[in-house]
Amino acid sequence: MLDTHLLISSSIAADNLMVKKRYKTFNHTADLGIEVYGEDQKQLFVNAGLALFDLITDINKVEVKTSLSLTAEGIDLEDLMVSWLRELLYLQQVKEYLISEFEIHEISDELLKATVKGEKFDSRRHELIREIKAATYHQIKVASEKGVWISRIVFDI
Amino acid sequence: METKGKLTIEKVDDYHFKIPRSEGMRVPGLIYASQKLIDDIRLDESPRQIANVAHLPGIIKYSLAMPDMHWGYGFPIGGVAAFDMEEGIISPGGVGYDINCGCRILRTDLTLPDVRDKIKKLVTSLFRGIPSGVGSTGKIKLNFDEEKRVLRKGARWVIEKGYGDAEDLERTEDKGVMEDADPEVVSKRSLERGRNQLGTLGSGNHFLEIEVVDEIYDQQVAHAFDLFENQIVVSIHSGSRGFGYQVCDDFIKEMLHKMGNVEIELPDRQLVCAYLKSEMGKKYFAAMACAANYAWANREMLTHWTREIFEKTLNLSPKELNMRLVYDVCHNIAKKEVHTIDGEEKKVCVHRKGATRAFPAGHPDVPEIYRDVGQPVLIPGDMGRYSYVLVGTEKAMEETFGSTCHGAGRVMSRTKAKKSSRGRLIAQEMEERGIIVMAEGRATLEEEIPEAYKDVSDVVEVVHQAGISKKVAKLKPLGVVKG
Repeated sequence: MLDTHLLISSSIAADNLMVKKRYKTFNHTADLGIEVYGEDQKQLFVNAGLALFDLITDINKVEVKTSLSLTAEGIDLEDLMVSWLRELLYLQQVKEYLISEFEIHEISDELLKATVKGEKFDSRRHELIREIKAATYHQIKVASEKGVWISRIVFDI
Repeated sequence: METKGKLTIEKVDDYHFKIPRSEGMRVPGLIYASQKLIDDIRLDESPRQIANVAHLPGIIKYSLAMPDMHWGYGFPIGGVAAFDMEEGIISPGGVGYDINCGCRILRTDLTLPDVRDKIKKLVTSLFRGIPSGVGSTGKIKLNFDEEKRVLRKGARWVIEKGYGDAEDLERTEDKGVMEDADPEVVSKRSLERGRNQLGTLGSGNHFLEIEVVDEIYDQQVAHAFDLFENQIVVSIHSGSRGFGYQVCDDFIKEMLHKMGNVEIELPDRQLVCAYLKSEMGKKYFAAMACAANYAWANREMLTHWTREIFEKTLNLSPKELNMRLVYDVCHNIAKKEVHTIDGEEKKVCVHRKGATRAFPAGHPDVPEIYRDVGQPVLIPGDMGRYSYVLVGTEKAMEETFGSTCHGAGRVMSRTKAKKSSRGRLIAQEMEERGIIVMAEGRATLEEEIPEAYKDVSDVVEVVHQAGISKKVAKLKPLGVVKG
C-alpha cells in the first residue's frame, strides 16, 4: 500500500534515477509516514522538504517570491532530519510561508545550512490540505542503502 | 534494545490479555480487549509499543492499553502507564503533541422533535460561526502577556473575560486549570503558535457534534448527569492547538539532547523522557500544564459560541435552551494522582495517551454534584455511528489507575481511508444516513469516514464488561462540524 508522489516542477538540478520518485507515503494507523530518497545527503534533505510541503499544499501553486536562510542542528543525522523538518514547519505554521525550492549549501551529521524559497500563504490561491502537527522521532531512519540515501519519518497529523 | 522477535499475547480471561515480561521490560503489558478486538490489535504495531513503554524506569504494575488502542508514535494511542514519583519518568511522547486533547458534552432542554427540521440550519450556523480547519485562527488575538494569563488560568480566564459560565468550571476535570502551570518555561515559538488559535476547533479528528440521547442504560446515573432519552446534546472535541504541539516538540528535542545525562536506554527515540524529580521533568510538567490550561480555555471559548449560536438560530433565551456542561475530560495528559499500590496510598504520575480518567463515586476529585454516582466519562465514536457516556468505577481504581478508553480508535490508516473514499460523496452518504456534516478541509471527510474507526460499541462493551467503567447512555449524531 504505497503512494508514490511525483514532483515534476521543482527546480532541483539532479535528474537521475530517483528524481521522479522523491518520496512515497506509507501507512501508519493514526498518522502519516513518508519514505524519502536521495542520491546523496543533500538531495535526501531537499526531497524531505519537498515531501513535507507536498503533503501540506499543491506545491505547483507556490511561487518563488522570497528567499530565506535556514540553519538546522542535531546530535546525529536522524535528529538533524527532524530538526530540518521542524524549522520548515515553523516557517509554515508561524511565519505562514509555503516553500517550494530548497538549496542545501552545507551538511554534516550535526549541521545543515540552506536557502529556501517560496511565498506567504494566500488563501485566494493556496489550499492547506492537512495540518502536520510535528515530525516525530518514532522509528526514524536516515541511512544509505546500496548507494541510495533513504529516510523514514512519521508525522503527527 | 527494542523488544525483538515475536511478542507473546496471552489470554487471561474474556477481557484481559497479557504481554509477559521479556528482555528489557520492567513490568508486563496488559491489554483490555475482546477476542474480536485482539485479533485486529495483533496485526498492529501497538503491542510492540506497549512492550516498549514497559522498559521505562519507575513504571508501576503494568504497561496498560485500552481496547481502542492503535499504533501511535512512542506510546500507543490508548496507552496508560503510572510512574513512581521518586524513580519514575515523565515522557512528552507519552502525553502526545495535542496535550489535553479532550471532550466535553453540553446538555440542553431540547428534545428531538424541537430540532429535527433545524439541524441543517444549526450545523451551517455553527460551521460559519466557529473557526475550524487546518491552521485555523480565531477571533481572539492575544498578546504574549495575555496569552500567559490564559496558560496560568485555563478555563477560568474565559469566565473572567465574561464568556462561558462559572458553573462550567465545577464540571471540568481539574476545574479547568492545572495549578503547576508556569508560562515562563515555555518557548517563544509556543507562544507564537498559540496566540491566534484560542477558540478554534482545528482539523483532523476534532469536531463539534449535535447528538440525540438514543438509549439510557442506567437511569439513576443518567438522571444525576441530567440526561434523558430523546434529549439534544452537543459534544466538542478539541485540544491545545499549535501551542500544545510546540510544547511537546520543544521538550522532546530538549530531552533528547540532554539524554546523555539521564542514561535511560530507549527502545524508541520518541519515548524520550526525564526523571520526574529532575529539573527537566519538572519543567516539562509545568509546560504541559500550560498547554492543558490552553486546551480548557479553548473548549470553554468554543462552548460560549456554541451557546450563542444555538440561542440565536433557534431564537431561544439561555434559560429556555438551558445548555449546561455535563463534564469535560482530558484524553492526552500526565497527572499526579494518589493511587493504592500494594495496599499503600502513593502519589504517582499517570500518563494517559488516548485514555480517559474514570474516577468512582466518593472520590474527592469527582465534582460534588456527581460524587454519589461517579465521574462522567465521555467516549466519542466516529461521525456516522454513536458516542457513549459512561461512569467511572472502583474497579478502574484497582486495575487501571482510574482509567478507561477514550474513543473508537482508528483501524484504517488515513491513506487507506482516502483510497476507500475515492469517488464517493461522503457528505451526501452521511445525509442519507440522517446526519448533516460540514467540513472545512477537503481531506478531512475522506480520512474520517466511519469505517476508518473501530465500532465504538465493541470498545465500550469491553470496558463495561471488564468493569473499568459502566455504560450510562448512547448518543447518536445528527449534525457534525469537522475541521
